[in-house]
Amino acid sequence: MTTTESAPAAGTAAAGAPRGRGKSDVQGTRRLAALLLSPTLLVLALVIGYPVLAGFRESLYARGEGLDADGFVVEGDRFVGLGNYTAIFQGDRADAFWNAFSNTTFFTLTTVVLETVIGVAMALIMQQAFRGRALVRASILVPWAIPTAISGLLWRWIFQADGAANAVLRQEILWTADGFPAKAAVVIAEVWKTSPFIGLLVLAGLQMIPRDVYEAARVDGAGPVQQFFRITLPLVKPALLVAVLFRMLDVLRMFDLPAVLIGVNQKSVETLTMIAWFEASNLRYGSAAAYATILFLYIALIAYLFVKLLGADIIGEARQRTRRPRAVRPARAGRRAS
Amino acid sequence: MRRTPMIGGTVVCAALALSLSACGGDDDGGSKGGAGAASLQGRGPITFVTGKDRSGYLQKQLDGWNTEHPKEQVRIIELPDEPNDQRQQMIQNATTKSDAYSVLNLDVVWTAEFAANRWLAQLPKGEIDLSRMLPATIATGQYRDKLYAVPSTSDAGMLYFRKDLLEKAGISGPPKTYTEMWDDCAKVRKLPEAKDADCFFTEVNKTESMTISAVEAIESAGGSIIGPDGKPALNTPQAKQGVEFLIGAKKDHMPKEAVTLDTEGGRRYFQSGKLIFQRQWPYQYGLADSGDGSSKVAGKFAVAPLPGPNGPGVANLGGHNLAISAFAKNKATSLDFIRYLTGEQAQRANLLATSQAPTVAALYDDPEMVKKFPYLPVLKQAIANAKPRPVAVKYGDVTAAVQGEMYDAVTGKKPADQALSDLQSKLQPLTAQ
Repeated sequence: MTTTESAPAAGTAAAGAPRGRGKSDVQGTRRLAALLLSPTLLVLALVIGYPVLAGFRESLYARGEGLDADGFVVEGDRFVGLGNYTAIFQGDRADAFWNAFSNTTFFTLTTVVLETVIGVAMALIMQQAFRGRALVRASILVPWAIPTAISGLLWRWIFQADGAANAVLRQEILWTADGFPAKAAVVIAEVWKTSPFIGLLVLAGLQMIPRDVYEAARVDGAGPVQQFFRITLPLVKPALLVAVLFRMLDVLRMFDLPAVLIGVNQKSVETLTMIAWFEASNLRYGSAAAYATILFLYIALIAYLFVKLLGADIIGEARQRTRRPRAVRPARAGRRAS
Repeated sequence: MRRTPMIGGTVVCAALALSLSACGGDDDGGSKGGAGAASLQGRGPITFVTGKDRSGYLQKQLDGWNTEHPKEQVRIIELPDEPNDQRQQMIQNATTKSDAYSVLNLDVVWTAEFAANRWLAQLPKGEIDLSRMLPATIATGQYRDKLYAVPSTSDAGMLYFRKDLLEKAGISGPPKTYTEMWDDCAKVRKLPEAKDADCFFTEVNKTESMTISAVEAIESAGGSIIGPDGKPALNTPQAKQGVEFLIGAKKDHMPKEAVTLDTEGGRRYFQSGKLIFQRQWPYQYGLADSGDGSSKVAGKFAVAPLPGPNGPGVANLGGHNLAISAFAKNKATSLDFIRYLTGEQAQRANLLATSQAPTVAALYDDPEMVKKFPYLPVLKQAIANAKPRPVAVKYGDVTAAVQGEMYDAVTGKKPADQALSDLQSKLQPLTAQ
């Protein structure tokens, strides 16, 4: 940055000199980049790479399987290969696994779709210039600021048999018992909590759109609906896709909201993380690691598909975006200097 | 070039051998630490690991010990409120063989799991005065006939009933059998003020409480979930009778929202005056009887032993035990501290301050205590006849299976026979050995 800014000031002679050393300079820069990045990569390997590999290694072992003659648990790990994985897909546990898998997928689909629609609406409202806009923005963000476990408690109170939800609906729905209403309760609480997140990211995207584009559209006679689908949505798409991707990754590993709102071990809301947690809390760490590894692969697959199918241009757009300001900056700096 | 790795190897071997022998030495002192009183050695500061102390009284009790034992101070380590989180943290501490925890406050159902995993030091039976304690509570601290924990508080379910309504309906005393209870309900419901009241409530939500309700129903009918031989025993007519009681009670006599009510939800329901009979823990007595307006039934209820199919029923035994971590230092101090906290004096003070049920039998007959806690005689009787929940090393899996199948039976997703045979086959591998 300093070189680009000082280069115009130094004049053409100085600017010509580095051009001659071009090749070695590129190599040097690369080496420097690698050197500067290596601590980051090392930290990433330590905090992400190692746990993933350690988790996978753990999933190949089993321990504490039997009792000896005195009633003590036999100590030591036993290598079981892929035994923990095959066990997941067999018998009773296969039912539990596919139930949790479909619950996880169901929550992901429903909540992300609802959140996106509501979040975009929230962003459009927050974008409008009106009196008390700051207040509206702040209040929309409140649900996102509440810790998930607390909002779980809050909603449990609302959804209890004599709670606010039934009072408003004038129904007697057993939301917090194990059944379909429990699924709905989780979706409602989750959407309430996380729509502001999408709203916030989309709002940031909206504010990047230049006002004059809308002026031009208005001059050309485009109505609000046309403006939304032809201008707002395409231009806000990169920000929206990032927000949706984040939400998907987040909801795929949902644990605390259903656990607090409905409880653990409830068929209708059990997610993959909850099964892994149950296994771990019953000391079957190998099996828990196997569930976690399967979930990890599922999340990685979804993220890959999402980026490939919808967001292939997430990175492309992002690159253009970062390139543009860089091209602009020296000119601005020059203008400021003069 | 060749020598270096070899030298390196020898060094590594030596280091390994050293560390292994060191480890082995620790293990001898730790895991087999129950061979006799001699192995509970070491004096000095210790820690007391317990769930969140809601009464705020525990510290005062420890202050008493600390002033008497300035060189063997006890520090409280408070774990979360949720029993599962407490168990989780204690297990984490044990699997890392940390000496941070000395005396553990264990739920009665954890004893088998903790003892079987060698996380507890075996206690010398002869050196602890167990003769003064209720026999049912002592059993919960044992695993395979060896003592691993000393009972400090107890708990058992009782039948709360609306004395005022029963009297008005001309009923002389609390019901002893289910049939009597349903008949009483029919009579009480004829009163105008009890027209909309629900008859009975015991917890049937899919939590640990479901296991407790199942144990009470099945044991009252003379069956058991896991038989005396350690094998599941759900293919018996008694087990079926017990489950059918729960199904019938839920269908015909409980509030519609029963499956969503937890212990506190049940308490609120009873306190709002909408219930005639309720199975509940002793802790509700003081709260439901308080005259600050939070309870509509203050002074209007009494307690009795739970009814059964043909006579008095069987309550489930709850409570907490104190044990010494196998990896703790200063085990001798820990044992003394357990003796102090489970002694009659400390238990009396604790009962007065927190109304937690004691394990020392004499306190239940103490006129001063009975005056303050009128339910004590009933509770003593309930504890004496109480049965523990299934004793299993894999208790977490056992209770999850019981909860699932019983919930399906009670909510009508499965007929009783089906649920029981499914549970039998689920429990078989969990209790094998």
